[in-house]
Amino acid sequence: MGSFVIRRILLGILVLFGVIVITFTITRVVPSDPAAQWVGPKATPEQIEAARIELGLDKPVYVQFQKYVAGLLKGDLGRSLRTHQPVSRELKNYLPATIELVLVSTIIASLIGLPLGVLSAKRKDEWVDHFCRFFSVGVVSLPTFWLALFLQLIFYRILGILPMGDQLSMDIKLLYDIPKITGFLIIDCLITGNFVILKDALVHMILPGITIAAYPIGLVARMTRSALLEILGEEYIRAARSYGLPERMVLWSYALKNSLGPTVTVVTLSIGYTLVNTFLVEAIYSWPGIGNYVATAVISLDYPAIMGVTIFSACAYVVLNMIADIIIALDPRVRV
Amino acid sequence: MNKLSSLYKSIKPRIKELKLSLYLLKRNKLTYFALVVIAMLVLIAVFAPYIAPFPSHIYGSTNPEDSLLPPGSKYFFGTDELGRDIFSRVLYGTRISLQTALLTVALALLIGVPLGAIAGTLGGFIDEAIMRVTDIFLSFPPLLLAIAIAAFLGPSLTNAMLAIAISWWPWYTRLVRGQAVSLRERQFVKAARAIGTPPLRIIFGHIVPNCIAPVIVQASMDLGGVILTASALSFLGLGAQPPTPEWGLMVSTSRTYFLNGWWYSIFPGLAIFFTVLAFNLLGDGLREILDPKTRQY
Repeated sequence: MGSFVIRRILLGILVLFGVIVITFTITRVVPSDPAAQWVGPKATPEQIEAARIELGLDKPVYVQFQKYVAGLLKGDLGRSLRTHQPVSRELKNYLPATIELVLVSTIIASLIGLPLGVLSAKRKDEWVDHFCRFFSVGVVSLPTFWLALFLQLIFYRILGILPMGDQLSMDIKLLYDIPKITGFLIIDCLITGNFVILKDALVHMILPGITIAAYPIGLVARMTRSALLEILGEEYIRAARSYGLPERMVLWSYALKNSLGPTVTVVTLSIGYTLVNTFLVEAIYSWPGIGNYVATAVISLDYPAIMGVTIFSACAYVVLNMIADIIIALDPRVRV
Repeated sequence: MNKLSSLYKSIKPRIKELKLSLYLLKRNKLTYFALVVIAMLVLIAVFAPYIAPFPSHIYGSTNPEDSLLPPGSKYFFGTDELGRDIFSRVLYGTRISLQTALLTVALALLIGVPLGAIAGTLGGFIDEAIMRVTDIFLSFPPLLLAIAIAAFLGPSLTNAMLAIAISWWPWYTRLVRGQAVSLRERQFVKAARAIGTPPLRIIFGHIVPNCIAPVIVQASMDLGGVILTASALSFLGLGAQPPTPEWGLMVSTSRTYFLNGWWYSIFPGLAIFFTVLAFNLLGDGLREILDPKTRQY
């Protein structure tokens, strides 16, 4: 077990290194003049020259790479062209809102997707199964950004029961002191016991949460179904059934427990999808997170900001996958 | 003549297999339906400029007096902020989306298949190197790499296609490598090697043609995903540029107007949804039909 964890962590570090090599290549090799692109279209020749030195473009490639990695290790992601602030500091400001949204969406995706997959596998080839499968294919075919607009149209414009966007209503923002301890709005509300703000925050979470969860719901349902079907075909399940164990016990305790591996994989995968979906959706809901930040950066061609978000998200995803693999290895059958 | 009959003998089992698959396809109603929808989409894509009621509205022309009209008998899907017929633009968008998806997948295949075949056939250090690079590409969250590359290439539809292909090829490399590893040990490959066929000819003459079938299936399943990704890039402003009638871009520009003009965002979005759905249903059905474990007859 211990040696597996160490090996997996070493592999993770290797992959992280590879990710950095790729991002380095994208910034240096893809554009025809990286320095000019890095400072944007309105830069003066002096600024381009300064960027050339800042990026180290006058030095050999391996020296540039060394400097790049050293900067990353210190948390230096460059300065945003739009706001002239260090990208890492801006990320830190925008991150909590996105993490909250990603977690809530992942929970929604698991809470709906998993039971749907189990139900589908249990009633294989009955109409419930057909419905669940059609539903899960349907939600993965929806363009997330369009779903956001569609839900806004229905629940804000037509029904008028949910807010259009943002984390809090305007009057709450004006009337109350918004607690700021950890930066995570929901947690801060819980710590300070401010339930009026908490309720408002949760109401604002509904539409973006569902929008972002839609794609992962379909993914989770499909993977759970196929993993469970495989296990339900095993001998020990037939044995359990022939003992006369209640079907519910066979399904939820005997079969589902053994599909831990696929379940963990699916949750990790869905976090990956929710994270990227925030890039498409946060701007529509004016959610103050990194998705909104990167969408603005894309429009204003703010390259350091785009790269900062890319590196951060990729690294987070690699670490997440590493943790998932280690969790799966807790299952004694996986150990080699 | 003799040659022809031996050729027929050799492909006879394949024809039989194909007939069986077609039969199963017809029995699987949903898949068959998806296939019909896709056939219609292809027809629309080909004839879009001819069947669009207002061909001049597709790209350039504007008529401000008709701006943001709701759906009606003249404009089936209403008009946009420049008074252009949304129906005509959505029809033409089919051509753009299908073209984008096909070219992107073709490009990804062009990179992924040879690399996978080389890795699987040669093995050893080369295999190890190619597959590690593949792993690194796959360790980016979906869509993220495409966004980053598209941003640095500069916003345009061609660049978006390039960016998606660069983030997509590793899937094909993995698939082909798996096939190649098992093909490598087969008699005909060993025979080819024994008579001194150079490795490159073995790879492209024997390995690639024999593992292309599952690759084609996978590629056809991926078309839906690629359409979705391309529309997402266009929505972010990294793909098609105005006045191209690309669906994702249309939804993106509609954001300013949709609260008072629902039709503007709804129809292009539905077009994306139904197209992607058709490809996904077809992909699901194909997978079931072609996998002997799950098919029932």
